[in-house]
Amino acid sequence: MSLAAAIAARDPDLLPSRRDEDWRWTGLRELIRVVPPASPKVASVAGHAALAALGWPTLVFANGHTLEEASIAIPATGKGAFVRRFVSASDGAAHHVEADVSVGEGGRLVLIDSFEGEGAGYVASAALSIRLAANARVERIVLLDDAEDAISVARTDVDLAPGASFHQTVLAAGAKRQRFETHVSHPGAGVNVRLDGAYVLTGKRHSDQTTVVAHAGENGITTQLIKGVATDQARGVFQGRIVVQRGADGTDARMAHHALLLSDRAEIDAKPELEIYADDVSCAHGNTVGALDEAAIFYARSRGIPEAAAKAMLTTAYLGEVIERIVDEPARELALAWLTGRLERLA
Amino acid sequence: MLNISNLHVSVGSKPIIDGLSLAVPAGEVHAVMGPNGAGKSTLSYTLAGRGGYEVTGGSATLNGEDLLTLGPDERAAKGVFLSFQYPLEIPGVPALTFIRTAMNAQRKARGEPEVSAPDFLKRVRAAAANLRMDMDMLKRGLNVGFSGGEKKRMEILQMALLEPRLLILDETDSGLDIDALRIVSEGVNAMRSPDRAMLVITHYQRLLDYIKPDRVHVLAAGRIVASGGPELALELEREGYDKYASSSQSVAAA
Repeated sequence: MSLAAAIAARDPDLLPSRRDEDWRWTGLRELIRVVPPASPKVASVAGHAALAALGWPTLVFANGHTLEEASIAIPATGKGAFVRRFVSASDGAAHHVEADVSVGEGGRLVLIDSFEGEGAGYVASAALSIRLAANARVERIVLLDDAEDAISVARTDVDLAPGASFHQTVLAAGAKRQRFETHVSHPGAGVNVRLDGAYVLTGKRHSDQTTVVAHAGENGITTQLIKGVATDQARGVFQGRIVVQRGADGTDARMAHHALLLSDRAEIDAKPELEIYADDVSCAHGNTVGALDEAAIFYARSRGIPEAAAKAMLTTAYLGEVIERIVDEPARELALAWLTGRLERLA
Repeated sequence: MLNISNLHVSVGSKPIIDGLSLAVPAGEVHAVMGPNGAGKSTLSYTLAGRGGYEVTGGSATLNGEDLLTLGPDERAAKGVFLSFQYPLEIPGVPALTFIRTAMNAQRKARGEPEVSAPDFLKRVRAAAANLRMDMDMLKRGLNVGFSGGEKKRMEILQMALLEPRLLILDETDSGLDIDALRIVSEGVNAMRSPDRAMLVITHYQRLLDYIKPDRVHVLAAGRIVASGGPELALELEREGYDKYASSSQSVAAA
């Protein structure tokens, strides 16, 4: 059961549905009666000014195909940085894309994965994998900018060798249905995994961030901070599962999800899960849903800041906590610009 | 400058301010003193425009302009500034960003040009030095992790930079030790000017040793029950509020 299988066979019966526990808030079977035809090959896509401004090597996938046969070598020493753009370029069509990244021993990489909707009403699926050799370090920023009426599901499997570190920040603007899954096999051994995310949802947009971290070795660290805002009739979903396998003693895992509901008709669904089969572990999760602090809004207004600007300022500060955790400066600035742009649409 | 006439304010459905009249001319500092529960904070929040304070009668004008129909940010642009008894913490918004946003919003509302970044920083440095504040404090989230005294200094810093016409100080001395009280008072006194009015709301006389009022008013049970010169504050310090509390009750009962 997967969107990729349903697209390949053009068979909606292969879609995950609400009755599957892991898809209860993001069921696709109920939404797609007929799987759209395969997306055509396209020769070019529109530029992306903010990404181009980085000046980093860029791979473009349009409708599931690479625009040119290309690969980017990651330097064996020093820090590499590149961008992958996954562009859904056609209306009412479906495609699936697969791509891999491997980082060698001791390698360092900043990776920006941008999912973009140029078309409308498309169905997009992605299966990505990232492998880190011993002591490799990856910081990944994911931008989810799908079209409002699109259905988009992406899954990334991350495999870490001992001593590696993987830091990720997923920034989601939602779609008709949007789901971003990250699965990490955690070797323990001092490996540090950070899986952060933020979402800004308006209209009827839906965004689902699902993460699964499996701790297999001793003394692994996982930290997670996911924050979001939803207004209008939007819906934010967070499913976080941390599995501590037998023998993975000394695991330290902290998961936090906090959301602001800016309208009575918006919805937040959260399912934090800790599955612990080891004895000596430190695991915690926290989850809050609230509204903006009226007292803080009044305080800002009493200084002359109009209500809409006061709310935008407080919301930016709220989500900014996630952005501040991004280490790479150009990536952090890109993320902040993304957030500011999305928050402007809230007003 | 400030004219309050026969003001009635309810919170929930409970009347708190009950026929309050008060005039503070430009250039003067007036103290409003009263026991707990007299309506002191309600008065300051009503003048600043906080939600939940329902004006059921009367008026409040600043230089002849009605304040009560304006939003809090519009009042600020007209020159109203409330120094909070309990200033809020705003994580993620550096004080510098907050103050500059406020300053430019007020200027925009008045049709004035924005302050330039170098000009703004120059002003902040000067004001911070007067209040013995470290610039590093201004780069962190507004008031986050600040002591009570530091928060009050941050209020006065904002006041100095925003240059309001009506200054309302709500229990500014609460939580201050003597040194902080002196620094804060110096900051307030530096703001005295012939075209500004100040309303100093306080429970204790102590603050008035440092910020000398021209007039002192006693607020009890939602109205001004006595007014006089600075000596009235000393009398209250000696004799307490008992006689005003009982007289206002008898007035209410009559």
